[in-house]
Amino acid sequence: MSERPPSTAPAPPRTGGVRVWILFLLPLVLVAGLVWIVVASDPAARLRGDLPPVEELAFQRVELRDTGIVATVLNDGPDPVTIAQVMVDDAYWAFVQEPLGPLSHLASVRLSIPYPWVENETHVIRLVTSSGLTFDHEIAVARETPRPSWQFFAWFALIGLYVGVIPVAVGLLWYPAIGRVGRRGLDFVLALTVGLLIFLFVDTVEDGLEAAGGLAASFQGTVLFTLVALLAFLAIEAFGERLAHGLEGRGGRARRQPEPGEAAPGPGADRGPLVTSLLIAVGIGLHNFGEGLAIGAAYSLGEVTLGALLIVGFTLHNTTEGLAIVAPLAESRAALSHLVLVGMVAGAPTIAGAWLGGLVYSPLWSVVFLAIAAGAIAQVVILIGRQMTRERQLGTLVASRPVMAGLVAGFAVMYATGLLV
Amino acid sequence: MLRTAGLGSLAAATGAIASRARAADVTTDPRLHHHHAMGAVGRVDTSRFDPTAYLRSFNFSHLPPAERVRFYRETQREDGSLLREYEIFAVDREIEIAPGIYFPAWTFNGQVPGPTLRASVGDRVRVHFVNQGSHPHTIHFHGWHPPEMDGSLPEHQVAPGGEFLYEFDAEPYGLHLYHCHAIPLKRHVHKGLYGVFLVDPQPPRPPADEMVMVMNAFDTNFDGDNEVYAVNTVGFHHMVEPIQVEVGELVRIHLVNITEFDLVNSLHLHAMFFDVYRTGTRLETAEKTDTLMLCQGERAILETTFRYPGRFMFHAHQSEFAELGWMGFFDATAS
Repeated sequence: MSERPPSTAPAPPRTGGVRVWILFLLPLVLVAGLVWIVVASDPAARLRGDLPPVEELAFQRVELRDTGIVATVLNDGPDPVTIAQVMVDDAYWAFVQEPLGPLSHLASVRLSIPYPWVENETHVIRLVTSSGLTFDHEIAVARETPRPSWQFFAWFALIGLYVGVIPVAVGLLWYPAIGRVGRRGLDFVLALTVGLLIFLFVDTVEDGLEAAGGLAASFQGTVLFTLVALLAFLAIEAFGERLAHGLEGRGGRARRQPEPGEAAPGPGADRGPLVTSLLIAVGIGLHNFGEGLAIGAAYSLGEVTLGALLIVGFTLHNTTEGLAIVAPLAESRAALSHLVLVGMVAGAPTIAGAWLGGLVYSPLWSVVFLAIAAGAIAQVVILIGRQMTRERQLGTLVASRPVMAGLVAGFAVMYATGLLV
Repeated sequence: MLRTAGLGSLAAATGAIASRARAADVTTDPRLHHHHAMGAVGRVDTSRFDPTAYLRSFNFSHLPPAERVRFYRETQREDGSLLREYEIFAVDREIEIAPGIYFPAWTFNGQVPGPTLRASVGDRVRVHFVNQGSHPHTIHFHGWHPPEMDGSLPEHQVAPGGEFLYEFDAEPYGLHLYHCHAIPLKRHVHKGLYGVFLVDPQPPRPPADEMVMVMNAFDTNFDGDNEVYAVNTVGFHHMVEPIQVEVGELVRIHLVNITEFDLVNSLHLHAMFFDVYRTGTRLETAEKTDTLMLCQGERAILETTFRYPGRFMFHAHQSEFAELGWMGFFDATAS
């Protein structure tokens, strides 16, 4: 862009107006015209000749009921697909498709298959299209899929309590001890928290990318995961900013007074331990929501036994999350109500996640929620990092013994409990 | 499937009588239908190829005379035997092998299996073969013939648009095969280029209700494993359209195995036994059984007589093949 010579100083050009709109819309009109030409002439079709259509089917959800198997299937390819027959365990089986007819791009149907599946055994569903291509789905361990009854909600609430709320609450009980560990001890605990969170971040990214890989290709899972994670990071950053200002505006009830000789915190750099702990709780809560989804999804995908194994692992794993939340509160006096609040924010989403995962599991939403969790955790890591580097250089801080020991301990604890998952 | 619906509602009705209080549960509980829900959904369009018509069609006998003469002519020879002339062409054609499943087949005369050719021992067979397909093809007959009539060597390949005259005496009597022997052989066979070549003894076997059953299969996704199994191409066809037979009448089944990829196939007939004439080359039976195993390319003539009216299931005794389409019913009626 050329710079306007400052000496002439003419009247600034009129902004807005019809001309600007026309100039702005012209390229869009041209692109629309190009799209019309491409669709009308279909140059790709000439290249393709009479090659057979590209058929791609993806299983979205498989439920096991006492009446048989109900599968939701999505057309993940560009061309229409007709499901001609359904096999279960190498036998053609009766099925009802709703709605009837071929599946257009990204359309999905429900297949009800009255198959007498066998509890605890493996079954393979195979769809045969009109052109004879086959698409398989394996039910690793067959168990009846929970139905949305009050028992279902109660059962998942209980699982959520075991996995999310209770472990986090138990972890919060470290709060009184943390207040008495001194500066070096606090460094250790905060570094431990960062270690835990980095582990959780990697874990969440791995789960999210794995789920993204399992998505129908049309949904572009990896890009979706990355961008949602980035947006979540920025959104929580902005949320934290507003929260800090809000608390300051109301007098920062729980804010710790700066001690004599301590550097005055820069604007926005110190959000106060309560805000920090709340933001950590939000991040962990989102992560636990993702874990709840995973547990619920294991049930909804007919892998109930695997789900039970997950529960034990998550319970032990998540106890350390409570520690991460209370670590920033070490030098402040937090009210019991605040502890209950952060505990619920971090733990309760597990229940909601399990409900959602069990009821309306969709691989797409799993990716979205795991991405939000990854963004949230990354934001929390940076938040604690800011708090710790408020008075010290990052280099000297990381090189200090308590910090290094804390980081290593954080990784080690998560790794050891992760072995159980 | 008629049979399915019948049994299902019968079971439901019985349940309703046994427990009136829970009648609603019994009639709506789909578990009662589980065991009869096996099989394909829908019907195959049989207007282009009807397995029931193929079953008893010899030398194009299912065609009206005016049309039949285009493909088959017989002329008396001096020694009393016949000169039998056939018009056989190879053509690519999409066929429906199970309801809604279409297979890009290579066919003889537009059908899989190809037309059944039948001669008496000592007849002269002359087959005018035209290749209208997109790949080189041949016809390789099982039976006595000079090597230049074998349709198997590189110089025997008939290029697309080309033709060849196969000519030989029909011998020995027995149940034989013909199939394409172009390479890759496995693909040319499993794409559908095969049929039955039947040579009758002189004097012929006793009169009977005769039928041809070609055990075949289709690898629809080309992974070297079959997705659909059948007798005479269409999976489950005789579940919805049972083979009609008469009680007390001799039934002769010409059973041929041309299944690719699986080493063996078999036929099991419920509630009955049959006499076996392996390859049909002897007039005396050496075996009475209810289950017969055949290797790829193996054949046998089976003879039996239905004692009771009613439905009799028959299928491969490889349960997997049965549930992938290779099963059906005889429906025997007392005259």
